[in-house]
Amino acid sequence: MEKVIAGKTINVNEEGYLLDFDQWDKSIAEQIAIEEGIGELTDRHWAVVTWLQEQEKNKVALTIRKLGKSGVTDIKEFYALFPGGPLKKATKIAGIKKPVGCI
Amino acid sequence: MTDISATKEPQQEKIEKPRPIKKVCFIVAKSTIDSAYAAMVMANGARMEGIDVEMFFTFFGLDVINKSKMTNLHVATVGNPSMPIPTMLGGLPGMEALVSNQMKKEMERLDLPPVDEFMEMIHLSGGKIWACKLAMDMFKLEEKDLVEYLDGVLTVGDFYQRAAGEGTQIIFI
Repeated sequence: MEKVIAGKTINVNEEGYLLDFDQWDKSIAEQIAIEEGIGELTDRHWAVVTWLQEQEKNKVALTIRKLGKSGVTDIKEFYALFPGGPLKKATKIAGIKKPVGCI
Repeated sequence: MTDISATKEPQQEKIEKPRPIKKVCFIVAKSTIDSAYAAMVMANGARMEGIDVEMFFTFFGLDVINKSKMTNLHVATVGNPSMPIPTMLGGLPGMEALVSNQMKKEMERLDLPPVDEFMEMIHLSGGKIWACKLAMDMFKLEEKDLVEYLDGVLTVGDFYQRAAGEGTQIIFI
């Protein structure tokens, strides 16, 4: 389905995750962050978002454990940065697929 | 004869959106690896969904947050019908440790953290960790025997008070 985000028409799935990463840009991330109740994105948010995108590019299965060991952030800060389902929200903002794992 | 139609819910309520789960409270009363991981995976998964978590450890479940025991939990090789070995063999010395180590290797392959790391992850994600007062008295345990990040020791009444609120579920493991 199509959705207008930050003035651009974007292909998303029914949960609002981008289907085509080439359509992603920072203004889209900022708009999704507001919709998800995260508010304005700080440098700390961007560090996590960039790391997630790199992992996705390298086809690494994303888990909170890996993020905690990444050196980019720790588990406590990650939950504080993206309250209410951090991995789900951070991946949506990063324009990548929702992680399918249970851990 | 009873009029069944009168007890039916009105049509309008049926299409109401289901109310989300807001908090899950786990009562962990066993310390086998399978019980501990069932509780930890469910608790961590709840936090990942933005659901509040409270874990209440009682009876043998206290081993899961006991610093000297948590890294050495075992699978029950006897009295466990799902075990692919005969019960008589399961009782042989060293069998429990052997099977437990096999299982731990398999978990590491799936990126499942060991018990101590997993419990700490749940704590860092905002999950509350409680110990049962009665069980601690029974096993003569003190707070210093348990993980540093323990949120406290509760009575059953305290636990139910913490479970208060709409959208709370209690799960016994």
